[in-house]
Amino acid sequence: MHLQISNVSKTFGWGARRKQVLRQVSFHVHTGDFVALVGSSGSGKSTMMRLIAGLEQPSSGGITLNGRAVRGPGADRGMVFQNYSLYPWLTAEQNVAFGMELQGRNRRDVRERSAYFLDVVGLADAARRLPRELSGGMQQRVAIARALAAEPQVLLLDEPFGALDIQIRESMQEFLHDLWQRTGLTAVLITHDLEEALLLAGTVHILAPSPGRIVRSVTVSHDRSAMAHLRLSPAFLELREDLAQCLRGLEPALSA
Amino acid sequence: MTALQRLIRHPWSLGLLAIGIVLALWWLITGSGSVNKLFLPAPQAVWQAGQQQWSSGMLLQDAVASTRRVFLGFALSAGLALPVGIAMGSNAVICRLLEPLMGLIRYMPAPAFIPLLIIYFGLDELPKVLLIFIGTFFFNTLMIMDAVKFVPRELIETARTLGGRTLPILVRVVAPFIAPQVLDAYRINMASAWNLVIVAELVAATEGLGKRISLAQRFLRTDEIFLGLIVIGLIGLLIDLGFRLLMRRACRWAN
Repeated sequence: MHLQISNVSKTFGWGARRKQVLRQVSFHVHTGDFVALVGSSGSGKSTMMRLIAGLEQPSSGGITLNGRAVRGPGADRGMVFQNYSLYPWLTAEQNVAFGMELQGRNRRDVRERSAYFLDVVGLADAARRLPRELSGGMQQRVAIARALAAEPQVLLLDEPFGALDIQIRESMQEFLHDLWQRTGLTAVLITHDLEEALLLAGTVHILAPSPGRIVRSVTVSHDRSAMAHLRLSPAFLELREDLAQCLRGLEPALSA
Repeated sequence: MTALQRLIRHPWSLGLLAIGIVLALWWLITGSGSVNKLFLPAPQAVWQAGQQQWSSGMLLQDAVASTRRVFLGFALSAGLALPVGIAMGSNAVICRLLEPLMGLIRYMPAPAFIPLLIIYFGLDELPKVLLIFIGTFFFNTLMIMDAVKFVPRELIETARTLGGRTLPILVRVVAPFIAPQVLDAYRINMASAWNLVIVAELVAATEGLGKRISLAQRFLRTDEIFLGLIVIGLIGLLIDLGFRLLMRRACRWAN
């Protein structure tokens, strides 16, 4: 799998309201990579994700998956939104089955795989519950299971834990890292949380706002076996502070 | 909790109490003889008129005739409003094409169509069914359209990123999401359907609850007018409860 983003720019609106949201963004993702895009609001990171998902089209530049141009949404790029994305009338299990049913898989296959992926995200016991009966963290795990069950080549995570409480966020980060290791998935994560990006991703791109553009890219290689320790280790904190300063320097109002 | 407290807390008890008070007042006022019974017949007289019409089979026949018209006209309206409303709510071009037209026709009072319908289709069932259709279709459609517009974008986009195409998304995401609002729209507009069937029958019909009321007026049978009104109210209430029950059963997730 090779996802290539080449010189992508995106402009919304016309005339006086014309606004460039992304300028000349390029990066790539290979099988097994975990890539994070970090930026404040206005850095166009959500737009970048929607472009990869095919929900929007770039104004210029190109996005290719395995050499083929991305022209619209497809099951090869699964997406997990920040919230409100579970179908409230379907149980957890039916939500996981939803994508596979759209793809026309046979029933037995769907049933077995839904059970399997619910188990993967640790929610086998919640199979029959409706989304409103699940906590925020559980709902996001169901959303991740649903995306994985559709067998995407790359998983797009759009601030997946942005709406969760801090403690739940931390345990979800550990869960996601664990999931990445176990299943060998390929993921692109966007977040405004630098720590989250550094904990999870092997490559972190820093986006500057207005217009969104990559100003710095770092390769991260810590020992992630004990995440709670890693959060507090000096090397990690140093890198985090370094990048945090970079991010702060990008905020026009604060640096002026 | 005492039995009395339980009774008071039952969700129906206060409503039944209000109905009971009105019935009691009615009975007291007519019993006192202070009002001409031609204007306000006693409950017993209405009850007797009911028994009489029931035993002759007329009451059932009228109720069935009116209900049949309402159901035919409303089924036509509801069945057509669903695809049109979904199309308008999910497609900006269709919406811009049809919304002004529907907004205009919606404000034309449906009873004003009766003369035209009689000229076109005579005095049979068809003009009455069509009147109910005209009077409810545009409201049903616009209410469904609004419901579709409020389907969260994430729900549709998730389906698209899972490989869903337009038609499966409409059937499997949009339709279930709007089901509670659609049932509610139907429940509300059903009341208009009942209004219209009575109006249509007042103008031209051989049977039906509205027809019976207009005949009763000719013979100054206020007891039969009261009977007709009460029966119409009761049938309407039953249909309303039916919709509520259906909603509770079918849309448990929305409660």
